[in-house]
Formats: sequence, structure tokens, C-alpha cells
Amino acid sequence: MSNYRIHGATGDWEIVVGLEVHAQVTSNAKLFSGASTQFGAEPNTQVSLVDAAMPGMLPVPNRECVRQAVRTGMAIEAEIHKWSRFDRKNYFYADLPQGYQISQLYHPIVGKGALTIEADEKAGIPEDRTIGIERIHIEQDAGKLMHDQHPTMSYVDLNRVGVALMEIVSDPDMTSPAEAGAYVRKLRAILRYVGSCDGNMEEGSMRADVNVSVRRVGDTELGTRTETKNVNSVRFVMQTIEHEAQRQVNVLEDGGTIVQETRLFDPGTGTTRSMRSKEDAHDYRYFPDPDLLPLELDDEFLEACRASLPELPDAKRLRYENELGLTPYNARELTADVEVFARFETLLGETASAIGKPEAKVATQVANWALSVAPGVVKSLGDEADVSHGTAARQAAILKMQDAGEISGGQAKEIYEIVLKTGREPDEIADTEGLKQVSDTGAIEAAIDAIIAGNGDKVEQYKGGKDKLFGFFVGQTMKAMQGKANPAVVNQILKDKLG
Amino acid sequence: MPRTENDFTQLGIREIRDGVAGGDFTAREVAESLNAAVEAATSLNAFIVTTPEKALEAADATDAARAAGKALGPMAGVPIGMKDLFCTNGVQTTAASHILEGFIPHYESTVSANLWAAGAGMLGKLNLDQFAMGSSNETSYFGNVSSPWRKAGSNAPMSPGGSSGGSSSAIAARLCPAATGTDTGGSIRQPAAFTGICGIKPTYGRCSRWGVVAFASSLDQAGPMARSVEDCAIMLGAMAGFDPKDSTSLDAPVPDWFGNLDADMRGKKVGIPREYRMEGTDQAILDSWDRGAEWLRDAGAEIVDVSLPHTKYALPAYYIVAPAEASSNLARYDGVRYGLRDLPDGAGLQDMYAATRAAGFGDEVKRRVMLGTYVLSAGFYDAYYTQAMKVRTLVQRDFDAAFEQCDVILAPTTPTASFPLNSLNDDPLTMYLNDVFAVPASLAGLPAMSVPATLTEDGLPLGLQIVGRAMDEQSVLNAGLAIEQRAGFTAQPEKWW
Amino acid sequence: MSVTREEVAKIAQLARIKMGEGDLDHLVPEFNKILEWVEQLGEVDTAGVEPMTAVIDQKLRLRDDVIDADPKTGGGRRDDVLANAPAAEHGFYGVPKVIE
Ligand SMILES: [Mg+2]
Ligand SMILES: [Zn+2]
Repeated sequence: MSNYRIHGATGDWEIVVGLEVHAQVTSNAKLFSGASTQFGAEPNTQVSLVDAAMPGMLPVPNRECVRQAVRTGMAIEAEIHKWSRFDRKNYFYADLPQGYQISQLYHPIVGKGALTIEADEKAGIPEDRTIGIERIHIEQDAGKLMHDQHPTMSYVDLNRVGVALMEIVSDPDMTSPAEAGAYVRKLRAILRYVGSCDGNMEEGSMRADVNVSVRRVGDTELGTRTETKNVNSVRFVMQTIEHEAQRQVNVLEDGGTIVQETRLFDPGTGTTRSMRSKEDAHDYRYFPDPDLLPLELDDEFLEACRASLPELPDAKRLRYENELGLTPYNARELTADVEVFARFETLLGETASAIGKPEAKVATQVANWALSVAPGVVKSLGDEADVSHGTAARQAAILKMQDAGEISGGQAKEIYEIVLKTGREPDEIADTEGLKQVSDTGAIEAAIDAIIAGNGDKVEQYKGGKDKLFGFFVGQTMKAMQGKANPAVVNQILKDKLG
Repeated sequence: MPRTENDFTQLGIREIRDGVAGGDFTAREVAESLNAAVEAATSLNAFIVTTPEKALEAADATDAARAAGKALGPMAGVPIGMKDLFCTNGVQTTAASHILEGFIPHYESTVSANLWAAGAGMLGKLNLDQFAMGSSNETSYFGNVSSPWRKAGSNAPMSPGGSSGGSSSAIAARLCPAATGTDTGGSIRQPAAFTGICGIKPTYGRCSRWGVVAFASSLDQAGPMARSVEDCAIMLGAMAGFDPKDSTSLDAPVPDWFGNLDADMRGKKVGIPREYRMEGTDQAILDSWDRGAEWLRDAGAEIVDVSLPHTKYALPAYYIVAPAEASSNLARYDGVRYGLRDLPDGAGLQDMYAATRAAGFGDEVKRRVMLGTYVLSAGFYDAYYTQAMKVRTLVQRDFDAAFEQCDVILAPTTPTASFPLNSLNDDPLTMYLNDVFAVPASLAGLPAMSVPATLTEDGLPLGLQIVGRAMDEQSVLNAGLAIEQRAGFTAQPEKWW
Repeated sequence: MSVTREEVAKIAQLARIKMGEGDLDHLVPEFNKILEWVEQLGEVDTAGVEPMTAVIDQKLRLRDDVIDADPKTGGGRRDDVLANAPAAEHGFYGVPKVIE
């Protein structure tokens, strides 16, 4: 339970949040027709006779959409219902050609599950929290209306009609905007790991209906909730909750009551407003779709779904900590998203084999490089960087030279800069640009001898117990070597010579 | 069958296709003859549009195929009527509703496509009750269909039954040898009975629903209507088949129903359901039922009593389930993508929907859409819809139990013979009762057929109904054949149109 | 149970069928008569009976995830889907302006 409170004039309030996330299922074709799901096509070009609800058209479900919903359910350790059904949700709107949405109300394909959001002190999540997931069901997406193309008409594009969605309904388990944000991020990560949704919130592949209510601290009964529809970023979800909770507290403290209603979030102002246009349509007259038989899944299908599941975020994070020896912070950062861990694991593999050590031995070095060094270089270069030049092989070559003491950390960055700008090979850069450390003991010894000779007083003080002066000698040596001496070698020789 | 020169209107499917295949006459001659009959019969109002050119085109294709020595399909050279509930590519499809007036599909229903592939040609699109909702063909936006039959001593136009009333009228009047029908709660069998022809509703799922304007999805089933049992068997074979585009289509081979026709009923048991002996049923109907049992006994069958205890509740259950599904299926008629749009001055989107649907739907359609909307609405769903679907389970169980004691069930098709147009439409309930014997088999998805039995004293046809086990159309057709052979029904309406 | 005129009007609104007072005059009694008749279903003891889910015992088949495998159920036919539209403009369906 978070400490998030709204401090009203009459006392403190806590909030209760539940999310219904609509996630577009990754599939080539739509849920009930063969039309493409590709984003961004010309209007009405990805519309079949079925999607346009021509007379006599019938739905036939896409196996891949069913499979992805089942795999998603397995990833949140939910009950998978071997027997489910499609229902019709009836209402009239121009984005809904059939006059009903095929969805699942009475018998969803996935039942109760859960996911865990990790403690994040800074964000106000003091400890790990398990958020219940009530159900996942499959349903059709609706079309798009455009209101600004004609003075008296709205234009209807049905390309999205019938694209498969998973509606993932959480329990009302979240108690702060931060928890809701963490929940959406974690859910997104799981979906992307599983490959059942690309999680692209800008293209609308993931959007949340945000249910918020407030109650006085200590109350056990839930307050009346509002549902803010189609919020399409983590930040907006958090803003919606902040604004909506504050608004509800204001209303209640002014002696008003909360109306159970549908609201819209305005990203421009960060506020929500009532969506009256849909208010009269609330009698959806759900009933089983008579065009479709019950969906029955056999053990073979379920086994294949399970066998195809990848390592999931929580398991991967623990493995990174326990087997690769990464810090909890690094493990969490590296497993937060598919692309991040995929890049890390490729680089880790390349580096370990280049160096000839087990992955666990180089993991920390690679993790630091991947999380802070490399991104820092990319950032500092800005437009000058062509990240496609920074292949895993080239990064591994840099890490190998660094591991062998041939280059310093600073040189590694410099080399990587040149790699990103030019696409040249790191070994060649190190050679031709003079970006190599000197490990030649002869040259280093000569430099150290000169420094000891010229600083007799400091040598005496050091030998007399002023240990801190060791840094002075290192600095002098590195200066004399123009920064290219291998620090380990310098340290060793200094220790030998100073006694 | 006697025929005068160039008059092919008396021939059935088998006679036409065999005659064409054998070179006795050409498909074009047949098509021309039937086109002429159709054109001369406008007073029946059986067709919404006629397509003589389509009939000729198909006939020429058959003649050319024959000349080239190619194999001919099972319906080659046979021109038929197409109920205007089947979407036909490039030809207006209306479901007899104003809301679809002018709608020209850019696709062909699976069933009609199967028929064209089998060599049939299209004479035109047949009138029907609007959205197949009705039992008298008085709900069409395009006007009532008249039966070719008249009561002895009367000129009053009679109902051809419904909803496939254009089909039944056209076949009885010899405008076409056969036509497609659809049956949701008796819409093939009742009009067949009213007009002295045959019609079979196969097992739910035998004929694809893809491209057929939906009324009630869990009940709708297409089937053939023709003047003989063997013609029904041939045409059903051409219509049926697995269709991956229809989730409820049966993935099962299509038997050779025609090839396996056999009127020998020895070793078969015929069940007589005692609950069908209802109050209000005409004595003539009860008499014909008894004679039907006699005919089947004569064919070698054993007659047994069976019980279908929930019969009484089938019709009210149907009038919940069918309107509920229809209310949702008809939501797509909204004036946005096709069909009628009524946009009053200053109307918003929702006003446009309400105005379009008010102008586009007929009274009976509105009544059923409203009823369906009501029974599904919040607070009523379980009491009405769920209860009706439970009763449906019970009706099906009744049949399962009965079929442990018999192979087919014999019953009347209708409680009365045809009635004059405009005589029953004051009271929807009385009209609904027409289907009291037909609806139970629909609720259970079973194959059921009507064959002509006798004429009433008034000279109107009566039909007998045979219901079979799921997937067992063969037994239904065989029993139908046994009755047909013994009934000797050769009566034809006197031509007045 | 019988329904009032107001309730029938509400159902008409839900079904998006514009209905005048005259329409309601004849519909309300008809509607009640039909409802009274279907309500005899309440007499049937259905305790322990499952509502029918499939008319004929069979399982739902699933389709392969292939785009436009069959033109009858595939996309890429804008002209066909717009051909019958009362107001098609610039590849869109036109409807009276909606204020959300
Ligand atoms: Mg929602
Ligand atoms: Zn949803």
C-alpha cells in the first residue's frame, strides 16, 4: 500500500485505481477477417466485406489471435479457460459497422492472474506489490472517425475495424499514480516479451481505460468510480489519476456526489471531462454471438502455447542478479524492455566469446557499458552519431581491448565515438589514432624513475607514512605518459619502486 | 409429364437436366420458355426483379459445354428462382426491405455460387416476407405475393405462405422448376405446404449462411423448394457443402441423397408425436396426418407413438430467440455503408439512424427488432433469453429421446391450409401460430421436409412434415418419397394470372 | 409483466427506430400481448438445464493468420466496400458530423 494521499480541507483521502488496458494483438490479419492489420494504410483499403458488415457476412476467428491471448494469460500465470465464448455488445456508432462489437463478457478466454511491480522508493513505491488481473478477453477494435475534413460531415475509416484486441482488466489494486504507471510499464514489458502486442502507445496499440475512485483514509467501502477512456501513455495515465482523484475530492468536500460516468482525458490541459455523447448507450444487451460456436481449446494447443513462451521479465531479472552477478538496479534496467535485454544479451555473448571468458565474468563490464557508457557517447554525439555503425561486434572489440588493458575507459569512449561517426573498426582506430595504452614496462619504468628522481622530498614523505601521496605519483606518471599508460601497470611499478 | 411444343414449364429439375444432357432439347429453349412464363405472371408478384439474361447466359454456357463434350453439373440447364435473401453479385438484393432497396452486392452467396457452379441459371430474385419475417408474404416492401391457388368458388387472393412465398408461388405456378428458400422457423416448409410443393430444410450447418442476409443466425438454414422429392434431393446436393467462411458450417461430406433415394420403409420406425394433436388444428389436417401414417405403414414402416413434451413452449421460445438475434443482426442497417439513408434537416448521427430505420423497416420487422431489443435489455436477459435457450435445450432433448424410439417423425406441416391475404394481419400472434408445428425442428437444428398430401374440400393443398435426426436428411427424403408415391398429388392451380 | 408506453418508447430509442405517437398507439398493446404470451415460458422448470450453446454439436474452427487468403474475406477492395455507400467521399464513408 502506498502512502499516496490527497490532503483535502476536511482530511486525507486515499485513491483506488483499476485499469482496463486494450492491447492490440500482434497478428497479420484481423480477428474475424483476412484483412491486414498494418498501421497507416490509406483509408478503407484494409477493409473486407466482413469488416464493413455487408449483409450476410460472417466472422471466422483467427487462430493466432487466440494463441497470443492464451500466451499472454500464461505469462501472467492466469487461469486459461479451455471453454470460452464470444458475445455481442450492442450499440450504435459510426465506427462500429455491425452495430455490435464481438467481445467476451460471460466466458472470457483468460481468468484470474497477477503481475508484480517492483519497489521503487524514489517513485513512492516502498515495496514490491502484486496487482491482481481479473481477466483477459479478446474483442474487436472499432474504426476511426475524422471530424475536421468537412464542414458538416465526419469521415469514417474502417481500417482498424476488427483488429484483434486483448482487454486486460486489473483488479482495483492500485493506490497511487506511480503504481498505475509501474503497472502499465510492467504489463507492456510482459506483452512485448511474449510478443503478443508491440506496446506502441503512439500508434494506439496499447491504451488504458482508467477507473478511479476516492475514499477517506480508513474507509473500507469503495467510492463511486469514473472511467476515463483511451488514455494512451504512461504519463497520461498518471496525470489522469492525479487530476481525477483531486477533482473527486473537491466535489465530495463541496458536498457533491460522484456520478458514475465515462470521461475523456485532454492531454493539452492534463484534465478530464465528461463524455456525455456516449451516456445513453449503456444498455449493451450482451448475448452470445450466434454466428460463432463456443471456443474450445485442447491440451495440445495449450502445451504448444506454453512451450513457446520466452523467459519472462521477473525470471530474467533474477537470473541476471543470481547468475550474472549484476546489481539489482542494473538487472532491473536491463530487463525492463525487450529491445534493451536483446541488445544486452547479444553484446554479452559477443564480448564473452571475443574475450574467451564465461558470460558471468564479463557481465558487469558489459552491463555498465550498455547502460551508461555507450548511451552517454550516443547522447553526446547527438546527430553526428550513426547508431547503426555501433554493431555488437564493434562494441565487443572495444570491450575486449579494454579488458586486456590495451585501452583505458576514456580511450574506449573515444574509439566508440569514432566508430559511431565513421563506421571504422575499433582495432584500426586504436592503432591509427594512437588510442592505446602503453603497457610496455620499459617506457613506464623510465618515466617513473625520472619522477622519483625529481621528487625526492615527496618520496620521503610517502615512505614516512603519507599514503595519500601515491595518487600524486600516479598522476605524474600518467601525465608524463600523456595519459596512455596502463593504470594497472603504473600502479604495480610504482608500488615496487616506492616500496 | 405432357408438354406442348416449346413449353417446358411443367418439367422438374431431373427432367430438364436429363433432357438437356441427352440432347432432347437445349438449355436455351428451356430458359426462354421459363423466362416467358415469369414475364407473364407479374400479377402473382413472385419476383422482385427478373433476370432473363442471366437465365439465358447460364443456358448458353450449358449448351456450349455439352457441345464441347464437357461434363455437365447436376443442375446443368436448370433455370431457378433465387429468394431475394441470397446476395447475388451485380444483382439487386433487398431482403424485400426498403432499407436495402437498390443495394447491389459485389459478392455472391456461397449457396447461389454453388448452384451456378452446378450449372443452374437465375430467372430472377424472388419476393419474400421482409427480412424473412412473416408467414404469409404480406410484409414485403415490394407488395404481397399471391398464391396461384384459390379457394373453390372464390377469387380472393390467397397467401402462398412465408417467408419463402415468392419461391412457393413461382414453383406452384410453374414459373420455375425449383427455387431456393430459407427456413428460420418454418419458412421453407409452411409455404411449401400452402402451395402443394416440396421443400426441405436440412440440418443446421449443411448449407452455408455466407452471403445470405441474416435473420436469426442460430436458426437460419437454406434449402431447396421444388415439385418433387427427387428434385429436392438433387438441388440440396448442389447447395450444401462445407464453407470455411461460415463458422457454423458442417465440415462433413455431402451424401449422394439423390442416388440413395429409397421409398422402402421396411425396418423403419415412424414416430407420431402426441403433443402435436393440438386444439385449433383443422380436422382436415388431422385426417391428412392419419393418412400419412397409413401411407408410411404401407411402405413398410412401423408407426409408434412418441412424446415431445416441450412442444407447447417451442413457439414462445422461438419468439424470444429469433427476435433477439434479429435485433442485433439488423443493427447494421443504419444508412452509413449501403441501402437507404434518411437524413432529416439538421439531424445528427443518431437521429439519422433512427429516421433511416423508421423509414426503411416495415411494421413486422420493427415489431421483432423491438421485441428482441427488449428481451436482451438490462434486467430482462436471464428471464427471457437465457430461459428461452434453456427451453431450447429441452426441446432438443425431447427429440433426442424420441429418436431413440423412431427414425423419423411424422407431423402436419401447418395447423391450417392457406388463408386469404389480408385476413390475419390484424393479429401478429395468430399469424405466429402458423409455424407451431414447424418451429420445434428449427430450434433443434434438425432436417425437416414438407411434402404435399391432399387437397382440402376447398381445393387447397395440405402438406405433411417429416423430421429426422441431425445429419440424416436421407431418411427424411426417403420417407417423403414414400408419401409422395402414395399420395399421388398431381393437382395444379388453375391458371388465372 | 406489461410495459408502459414510456418503456416502449425507450426501447424504440435503444433500437434506433424513430417512433411517433401514432406508432406507439398500436405498438404498445401488440407488444404487451406478445410479451404476455411468451411469458408462459416461465412455467417451464429449467433448473439444472444449460442454455443451448451450439445447435449442432461441433467445435469452433479457427482460421490461419494469412492476409487476403480469400478475396471474399480479405481487404484491399475499397471500391467494393464503398460502392453502395449513400455518401462516400475521398475513400471515406461520410456521416453527419459527430461531436464527441
Ligand atoms: Mg472499458
Ligand atoms: Zn474493451
